[in-house]
Amino acid sequence: MGKILLEMKNITKTFPGVKALDNVNLQVEEGEIHALVGENGAGKSTLMNVLSGIYPYGSYEGDIIYDGQVCEFHKITDSEKKGIVIIHQELALVPQMSIGENMFLGNERGKKNAINWNETYGEADKYLKMVGLSESSRVLIKDIGTGKQQLVEIAKALAKHARLLILDEPTSSLNETDSRALLDLMLEFKKQGMTMIIISHKLNEVVYVADKITVVRDGSTVETLDCHTEEISEPRIIKGMVGREFTDRFPKRSGVEIGEINMEVDNWTVYHPVYAERQVVKNVSMNVRKGEVVGIYGLMGAGRTELAMSIFGKSYGTGISGTLKLNGKPVTLKNPREAINAKLAYVTEDRKGNGLVLSNSIRVNTTLANMGDVCDRGIIDTDKEYQVATEYKDKLKTKTPSVDQSVGNLSGGNQQKVLLAKWMFTNPDILILDEPTRGIDVGAKYEIYCIINDLVAAGKSVVMISSELPEVIGMSDRIYIMNEGEFVGEMKASEATQENIMACILQSGRGE
Amino acid sequence: MNLKVMDILKKYTMVFALILVTIFFYWQTSGKILLPQNINNLISQNAYVFVLSAGMLLCILTGGNIDLAVGSVVCFVGGIGAVMMDKSLNVWFAVVVMIIGGLLVGAWQGFWIAYIKVPPFIATLAGMYAFRGLANVVLQGHAVGIRNTTFLKVFGGGDECYVPDFFGGSGLNTTCMIAGIAIVLVYIIMVVIQRLDAKSKGYNVTPLGQELAKIVVISAVVIWIFYKLANYKGIPAAAVWIAAVLIIYAYITTRTTMGRYLYAVGGNEKATRLSGIDPRKVYFFAYVNMGLMAGLAGILVAARQVGAQPTFGQGYEMDAIAACFIGGASAYGGEGSVFGMIIGAVLMGVINMGMSIMGIEANYQKVVKGIVVLIAIIFDVLSNKKKK
Repeated sequence: MGKILLEMKNITKTFPGVKALDNVNLQVEEGEIHALVGENGAGKSTLMNVLSGIYPYGSYEGDIIYDGQVCEFHKITDSEKKGIVIIHQELALVPQMSIGENMFLGNERGKKNAINWNETYGEADKYLKMVGLSESSRVLIKDIGTGKQQLVEIAKALAKHARLLILDEPTSSLNETDSRALLDLMLEFKKQGMTMIIISHKLNEVVYVADKITVVRDGSTVETLDCHTEEISEPRIIKGMVGREFTDRFPKRSGVEIGEINMEVDNWTVYHPVYAERQVVKNVSMNVRKGEVVGIYGLMGAGRTELAMSIFGKSYGTGISGTLKLNGKPVTLKNPREAINAKLAYVTEDRKGNGLVLSNSIRVNTTLANMGDVCDRGIIDTDKEYQVATEYKDKLKTKTPSVDQSVGNLSGGNQQKVLLAKWMFTNPDILILDEPTRGIDVGAKYEIYCIINDLVAAGKSVVMISSELPEVIGMSDRIYIMNEGEFVGEMKASEATQENIMACILQSGRGE
Repeated sequence: MNLKVMDILKKYTMVFALILVTIFFYWQTSGKILLPQNINNLISQNAYVFVLSAGMLLCILTGGNIDLAVGSVVCFVGGIGAVMMDKSLNVWFAVVVMIIGGLLVGAWQGFWIAYIKVPPFIATLAGMYAFRGLANVVLQGHAVGIRNTTFLKVFGGGDECYVPDFFGGSGLNTTCMIAGIAIVLVYIIMVVIQRLDAKSKGYNVTPLGQELAKIVVISAVVIWIFYKLANYKGIPAAAVWIAAVLIIYAYITTRTTMGRYLYAVGGNEKATRLSGIDPRKVYFFAYVNMGLMAGLAGILVAARQVGAQPTFGQGYEMDAIAACFIGGASAYGGEGSVFGMIIGAVLMGVINMGMSIMGIEANYQKVVKGIVVLIAIIFDVLSNKKKK
């Protein structure tokens, strides 16, 4: 047993209304690679943010003991001074600046008012060599690929004299070869005595590099597996990740008849809007029937949202190809307006960013996508608008004193209901719900599920995108499984289990 | 109760600021600021601010976007009109050309901003230079006077730019007084009808006491202003134009779908786009409309100054922007109202006039104006922060 470098003791962190971390304990030995695994929203990133001081000391309970000392980090620089450096999932580099400038951003070489460029680029080149990059540090970030950018992030961390390196999903935007190179680099660093924590969804990578694996579930640590004393397989990890009990979390749906095919998508391919050579959705084919709830399961970044938005009036992506048929007829929807007119609705996963106008009232938000029904030649019938908003408020049990309340003041669950009301008011036949229960509490979740059941009972079709396995299995009639832009499986909900869905994803990952 | 008082104070902060500032100047100028003639001047001199602010407000609503070119456009349009009338062309023809000129300028800028995504600051900065230059070309660098009396009378310039007193008589202007009373009556009737209607449908209504207080205050202010005007020369022609513009824009922003879209785009452009609304059309509308208002302002300014000259309208864009921001429009878009903008414009007007009467040097006046704008924006930023 080596020396314990980091110990996090009884960490509890609450956000308004949600307990994100509940008595979490984590021990990391010096010189090991420690993996944190768990589902989306389990609390891995929150835990790392507590450690690095993004959530300052005092905003959580519990102790951080690092190198034998109890630490109180108030900001990121506090933890960096101690050698704890975090590399976030989204790259934090300025594209227009050179590699060297980026590496020492906020940590400039030389004197305060006179940057020493020779030292900057000289030092930068030294660290670049350590991560195996042959580029000159004067090259601009935007001129190198994402794989190399990720390596620059690591070089940047090394330049801060990291002792404990935290990598949050370091390979999520990398291809197979770049990922492997990165993992090998991690093993190389380990030989030199560096301690690392890696957060990853890709369990094969975790098994490849990790010495110990800690499983986080619902804001608490479930178990820590030691890869050297026992044989660790991926199914063993999955069991820890999803092994929760759930009964009656989903309302029963009965007597809903599943009818004709309503929407059909064939060979749907979408490219990234900025990096036009990158395929985000690859050859996806799917169909939805009347009265059916179709689940699309996939981890974050699998291309689910991109698929949905590209179907909804090409509101995402470029070079979209494939056919879309509604009620058997091929259609092209050029913009969201045409999609709405074709009785399609897309309820976004990002209700604050893409869904609601937070500064406006419930009334205004409810009618925004279908103003035609509450106005006459461009003049709004406020009375009718009021009635409509009130009707939906009652129907969906939105908790608010009045529909003139500004949406920004509502809780997440109630905001979600307003967003649903907005799209139900457009009277769609097919609703695509993207993470309809993200970030809302259990009670509100149940109510959203009931709304979904009512929708299909009324003969509508629902496509539910979710990264919560129990939800997908509990609510869907049929499930598509998506991974890295592709559909990698389809199964009836009655045949689906958490294990075989995860197995589907793992197999596809290995196939490459 | 305490909380309610705080809410009202917060909602009408600028109204209270206006009252305090007025009281301050009343005291400092020993009452001169509220003389009938000064009330009259406050309206006539600031006609362009009200009109331009109405246009500017719509741009600001779409996301804090501003139009720096309006001062130049006012000069350009005024110049075209002055030259046309100088050549003895038909006055109404000249007016139509001026309006269309404003619209075309708006469409020009709106196109670049909405469809090519040129940042509004840059697009309108370019317009500021270009239209100032064109105005000079049109005027050939000289001041051109307007002698057409119809034009001056209708748009509030020259000596007789008042709504005529149909009842004649000396002393108090009867028409003016009757107009004031009529406006109050129409206002009260509208409030009552709306209240009854809302009640019959079971909607929430503002508490009776609060509503009554509001009616009394507004009626008293209106009657008081008209009484002052009646004691001078009656209703200035410019006031009719201002009133028309403000009423129309209050309606557009609160009751039409386009008005709704302006707020929605400013509040969350992505959500608006996904709701099937084309934000480009909304931006285009805002700037075309700004052009229209700049055209109308050009007409009013040309009439008031009885002509046009190449330096006209300098800094007008800043007055309009300041009025909107002082009136509570958010610098990030999505928030603001015509009522607030009126208060902002009046506040600026009162400060200008008060300082002039007190004989404060023009340079210091600018310093004070600058500080007022800054305070208003700080207030906006801080109150937004608290919300989050």
